[in-house]
Amino acid sequence: MDNARIDQIIDKHQGEASSLIQVLLDIQSENRWLPKEALSRVSERLQVPLTRIRQIATFYKAFSLVPKGRHAIHICMGTACHVRGAQRVLDKVQDLTGIKPGETDLDLKFSLETVNCLGCCALGPVMEIDGKTHGKISPAETADALKKYE
Amino acid sequence: MSKIMLTIDGREVQAQEGMTILEAAQSVGIDIPTLCRHEKLEPYGACRICTVEAENKGWTKLVASCLYPVEQNLVVRTRSEKVDRIRKMILQLLLSHAPDARELQDLAKEYGADKDRFEKEASFCIHCGLCVRYCAEVKKKNAVGFVNRGARREISFIPEIASKECWNCKECFPLCPTEALQAAYILTEALISSSPSFTT
Repeated sequence: MDNARIDQIIDKHQGEASSLIQVLLDIQSENRWLPKEALSRVSERLQVPLTRIRQIATFYKAFSLVPKGRHAIHICMGTACHVRGAQRVLDKVQDLTGIKPGETDLDLKFSLETVNCLGCCALGPVMEIDGKTHGKISPAETADALKKYE
Repeated sequence: MSKIMLTIDGREVQAQEGMTILEAAQSVGIDIPTLCRHEKLEPYGACRICTVEAENKGWTKLVASCLYPVEQNLVVRTRSEKVDRIRKMILQLLLSHAPDARELQDLAKEYGADKDRFEKEASFCIHCGLCVRYCAEVKKKNAVGFVNRGARREISFIPEIASKECWNCKECFPLCPTEALQAAYILTEALISSSPSFTT
């Protein structure tokens, strides 16, 4: 992500320091992570110290300071999903992708996260990829689901 | 500026509007322990060790005296069974992070806090924010800040700024109630882990 695009995003928010989180969210959703250079640029333009930006960027889970994969896998480990075998789904996905929760593979294809509830307990165990919900999924079916993503 | 009368530990105290309980107490020589306070910095209310009982119209509440503004006819108790118990607990929790800090040990002696009450998790930092705030408010360099949150919250230097500013300043080191261990340690770590061009 180059400075021109970052400037565009900042201008969209009138260069207001109070829009810092919105600016960061926009960069995050477009770039999937917040590179150091981007934060320096934001700091310069919004006149907010880098320490403050870093404090906010590390506080909220929506932000990432490391590159994330093209597809975000969320596996629900809530109670309902847990009793229906979420652990086995997670194990299988870890096997298939070769990454643990919180990690991203080397090709930047997948990022894996566990969550504590996705709000659709009747569909447990639930796996969500890029916001698309795969409900009542068996460990074997995860392979088919993952194959669809490039 | 109107005058406000309040009672602190049974003594009548006259204070200016806008003063905090802590300032009013200090003006008549009543001592309230503090850890995150510094006269050059804005009150922060992080350590809660200055907690006192404040009674107004029969209602008693526990407040951080470094932040709570004085009120007319407020009755403040800086030492009571409840206050002592709270300070003791806070000290025990802080000591599990910084068991060797002399400032904490002195207070622990006074309040009977046991440094082994909780399992040690020596991070040395008690999150008083003195270094962070001093750098931001007094030096205006913002070389050090907090990162992460909750149990994983810690202070961290920005190597690019720290390598330029910190070696000639280091004014935050003596401020640290846990004796600068953390500040020195993390500064070094930040400088070593950054690329070679930043270490000079």
